[in-house]
Amino acid sequence: MSATRSLAAARPAGRRPSRGFSGGGGTLALLLPALVPVLVLSVGPLVYGILLAFTDARSGRNSVTSFTGLANVADLLGDSDFWGSFRVGLVWGVSVTVLQFLASLGLALLLDQNLRFRGLARVLALVPWAMPPVVTGLMWRLVYHPDAGLLNALLGTDVDWLNDFSLALPAVIVVGVWTGMPQTTVVLLAGLQGVPKELHEAVSVDGAGTWRRFWNVTLPQLRPVIVAITSLDFVWNINQFSLVYVLTQGGPGGRTRLPMLFAYEEAFRYGFFGYAATLGVAVTLVVLAVLGLYLWRQAREAA
Amino acid sequence: MRTGLKYLALAGYVVFLAFPLVWLLSTALKTPREMAALHPALIPRHPTLANFADAFTEQDLVGGGLRSLVVAVAAAVVTVALALPAAYALARRPGVLNRVAIGWVLVSQVFPVILVVIPLFMVLRRLELVNTLAGLTLVHVTFVMPFALWMLRGYVRAVPREVEEAAAVDGAGRLRSLASVVAPLLAPGVVATLLFSFISSWNEFLFALVVLKDPEVATLPLTLVRFTGPEGVARLGPLAAASLLATVPSLLFFAVIQRRLRSGLMAGAVKG
Repeated sequence: MSATRSLAAARPAGRRPSRGFSGGGGTLALLLPALVPVLVLSVGPLVYGILLAFTDARSGRNSVTSFTGLANVADLLGDSDFWGSFRVGLVWGVSVTVLQFLASLGLALLLDQNLRFRGLARVLALVPWAMPPVVTGLMWRLVYHPDAGLLNALLGTDVDWLNDFSLALPAVIVVGVWTGMPQTTVVLLAGLQGVPKELHEAVSVDGAGTWRRFWNVTLPQLRPVIVAITSLDFVWNINQFSLVYVLTQGGPGGRTRLPMLFAYEEAFRYGFFGYAATLGVAVTLVVLAVLGLYLWRQAREAA
Repeated sequence: MRTGLKYLALAGYVVFLAFPLVWLLSTALKTPREMAALHPALIPRHPTLANFADAFTEQDLVGGGLRSLVVAVAAAVVTVALALPAAYALARRPGVLNRVAIGWVLVSQVFPVILVVIPLFMVLRRLELVNTLAGLTLVHVTFVMPFALWMLRGYVRAVPREVEEAAAVDGAGRLRSLASVVAPLLAPGVVATLLFSFISSWNEFLFALVVLKDPEVATLPLTLVRFTGPEGVARLGPLAAASLLATVPSLLFFAVIQRRLRSGLMAGAVKG
């Protein structure tokens, strides 16, 4: 993208835009078909959703909605179910993001080398990406199945992985790592291939070993890519719904109830639209705060 | 020794990535009797395609598949039809709107979908579109729109302006230059965006779960999730077969684009 941009900038100045592109009115007419649905059905609902957070909206057709200010926020802060779900969400979001990053970095480093079967591994590394989240969830349910599952057959155990109070969350986290590895690996691999070879050569001449080269050359060069992909991963993970819904529906006893599953239940099982919206806003704020802190620290260290 | 370790690590990754898939395939090929066996085996002893045949005779699954197809085709066509003119304008007239549109792609990633689902549901209910495929199509169009805009804008930018200018110099009118010069160059990008929108809609679960309450209008992901239910292992075979079939569209899509995913495309997307 930066390449296209700089090409565009390098275009001789003063060149007339060609016929047909000059009419401002024409541009607006072109934009309307796309902007109207996005504004009406995407930006609009988002604003509407944020406003709902400050109301007592219920799901009943004839229920009267009134503004309640920060009452939902007060309820939320005193709701132990919310805090439980929030904690699960943070544990899930942080551990999946970190494990995804470490696993993907290892894989990307291997794929960057001249190993045999690299092609097979590259194709396989993309497959989880191609799978619908529902199928991924169903597939892993088969793996974890207490009677017909692969895991129990391999380990010789008799564990109901997804219904065990202490094992359910780790089991779900493994699936999260599996699902998100492709995007992260692809991005890190592209980043690795962008590290100039001369840098490596210069450092090897100085007699640095593989580890020192990785630590002093590769990692600093990768830094912008790492920051970008881990931030995106964190946002995606914390907002995850389908995968965990299919795997456990938030059970057992709420041990895997991510914030989005909690909000979904509040809204569409119990009908508390306003309260669920408050939850959505709260999670957005936390995500923005965590991201802000992370990006700010990274920017400061890079400077 | 070091190379040996590397191969060991690579093998570990291959096993981790592949074994759930192998197990899905294995389950899909097992007979109901073998499914009920005490010690499940990785390689089916009597592989059978009966589960695939069963999946095609299950009314729910076939109906779900057809409804998913209708929604995904409609959503893809409507999305691209709406996004193409806008993407063209965005690419050729960079400015504030351009940056807003790009910004929207990022912003829409940060907000949890639940924040959009509730109001959309309320709006659809007022329009009497809950429990209809039209309602879900509408939601999917808006859900895919930002990214479709972004993709198409990139493809338009890749068509050199000089090509259009040359056509104009040759006396072609704007519409003719668009139809005869730009359109053929854009065709691959349009196809890619159509496919991407189709796959997004075909795989989508949360909106479908909220909009389609009625089992009679459920799309494929919904029928798959409800198919298992709490009952025993007897129906796991057909479920595995149907899950594999449901994955075929996106697997084909990824087979087509995987080369570009592995090379520059993603690098540019992140570094930009």
